[in-house]
Amino acid sequence: MTATVARLRRYGVRPAGAALVLWAAATVTFLALHLVPGDPVLVLLGGGSGANPTPETIAAIRHAYGLDQPLYAQYLHHIGRLVTGDLGVSTSLKEPVAGVITQQLPATIELTALALLFAWLLAGAVVLLSTGRGALGRALGSGLETVAAGLPHFWLGVVLLYVFAFRLGWFPVAGGTGIAGLVLPALTLAVPLAGYLGQVTRGALLTALEQPFVTSARLRGMSSAAVRARRALRHALLPPLTLSGWAVGALFSSEVVVESVFARQGIGRALLNAVLARDLPLVTGIVLLIAAVYVLVDLAVDLLHAVVDPRIRTPREL
Amino acid sequence: MTTVLTAPAQAEPLVRRIRPGLTAAGIFLALVVPAALAPGLLTTYAPDAIRPADFFQPPSTAHWFGTDQNGRDVYTRLVHGAGQSLLIGLGATALSLTLGITLGLTAALGGRRADFAVGRVLEVLFAFPGLLLALLFIAVFGTGAVTAAVAVGIGEAAGYARLIRAQATTVVRSGYVEAARGLGHPPLRVVRRTVLPNVLRPLAALATLGIGQSVVWASSLSFLGLGAQPPAAEWGAMLADGRTFLQYAWWTSFFPGLFIVLTTLSTTVIGRRLQAWLDARSS
Repeated sequence: MTATVARLRRYGVRPAGAALVLWAAATVTFLALHLVPGDPVLVLLGGGSGANPTPETIAAIRHAYGLDQPLYAQYLHHIGRLVTGDLGVSTSLKEPVAGVITQQLPATIELTALALLFAWLLAGAVVLLSTGRGALGRALGSGLETVAAGLPHFWLGVVLLYVFAFRLGWFPVAGGTGIAGLVLPALTLAVPLAGYLGQVTRGALLTALEQPFVTSARLRGMSSAAVRARRALRHALLPPLTLSGWAVGALFSSEVVVESVFARQGIGRALLNAVLARDLPLVTGIVLLIAAVYVLVDLAVDLLHAVVDPRIRTPREL
Repeated sequence: MTTVLTAPAQAEPLVRRIRPGLTAAGIFLALVVPAALAPGLLTTYAPDAIRPADFFQPPSTAHWFGTDQNGRDVYTRLVHGAGQSLLIGLGATALSLTLGITLGLTAALGGRRADFAVGRVLEVLFAFPGLLLALLFIAVFGTGAVTAAVAVGIGEAAGYARLIRAQATTVVRSGYVEAARGLGHPPLRVVRRTVLPNVLRPLAALATLGIGQSVVWASSLSFLGLGAQPPAAEWGAMLADGRTFLQYAWWTSFFPGLFIVLTTLSTTVIGRRLQAWLDARSS
């Protein structure tokens, strides 16, 4: 296989696969809309029992949403609208879903970015400080990671809120503008994620430390700490980096809980309210957005991986 | 590097022989399981008895974990809630394992096309990270403890399916399955007697690890008001209920959360140990 074909496969097949996954995810949300028990018109009108529409209204909406057409036509229409960026109209807010999302997205992106930064700093610090310190250091480090990874966000958030906002008063209790209001929610998201990242990084670091290039660096007189920080760490960072797509996706879905604990605005809060109101257009819109973020970050990491690691620049097995 | 070379020669340190983590996990679960089965044995108060005069009592000898806004004993409610909290977690794990085994075995045994199809299905499911699939499910079918358990079960299935698919593929390609085929056994017998036991054995550890995750997810949903609803003494719902009064009474939200954390940690520690033991036995 020539280099051009290999490059074509890497930069062509992988994005095509990602597009297929997104298309399938859109199909899942279409099915969700039609799986709701009861008349879809009543669902679109927002819940059913409260509203008491006239038969004329029902017929008008049925026609407006194309619900009087066969299912395959509705499906094609649904996908066609999604492609043009039309996510429908929220039944609880009576606003276009795309507008609600663009309004709530900046707060969530801020929170996600800071949480990701915190998680990497925490995981890096614990792993670097606890490997190579004998059995006790390793037991302490991995114990800390196990506990951190198992902490539920809602409890960690409540504890942090009580200690640092109510008792110590270092951070605002709810909302808050700027960076001060962002620290506690970001920490709540970061600690469990750091636990997972730490576990993966530690495993990779221990494997890297057994490689011949580590022994040869030590033979040349490099100190143990320098070998860990300058030689082995680069190898150890690859496995957790490939988890970034998963990490960003997991952060977005955890924000449903965290934004609710800290009474923050954002995508997660909007999703929770939409689920509680059974506002299916808004729910499917946000779910699709998060799925798209996950798929795209995963794709970007995959393509970058080949740039960072020369060993996998050979044709991929698919 | 020298420590690495000499470590195996040293006597096992005290910490490794006692295994403090494993012992603590065992003790905690030994207390929670009776609480779930017969809560009346461990408590003196009634879980729903409202005593307005005793509201927001801090932890004391009379009320170990304090009382809530209605004067209900938090410890009593925690013990009575253990059953429901664990049942939701167990139910969700059982459902996700069943789905995972079905998908995983279909992929490994059904030939190339089945494997390709299952692979694509899993890829799509993985595009809905964390609680997302569960939230979509609840938006469609409504809130409630049972819906929440089913939602968590569906949300976790993809992870199990991937692991079981990998395990089953390894087993199907192994020398001993080839040997069983070579001996002329009919395919169904090979699957039942040789493939299945070797695929399902590691699941014991996987299921134990999964229960903790299910308990956390299910209680997250209850916390958000999507699972078990507040008058019920479910741990997540209790925490959500107590959060409103966090400033005045930290104990009403701290202890339910602590029990969720301890349950997860215990099942994780025991599951890992089980995994290591099964690995050591099979090699």
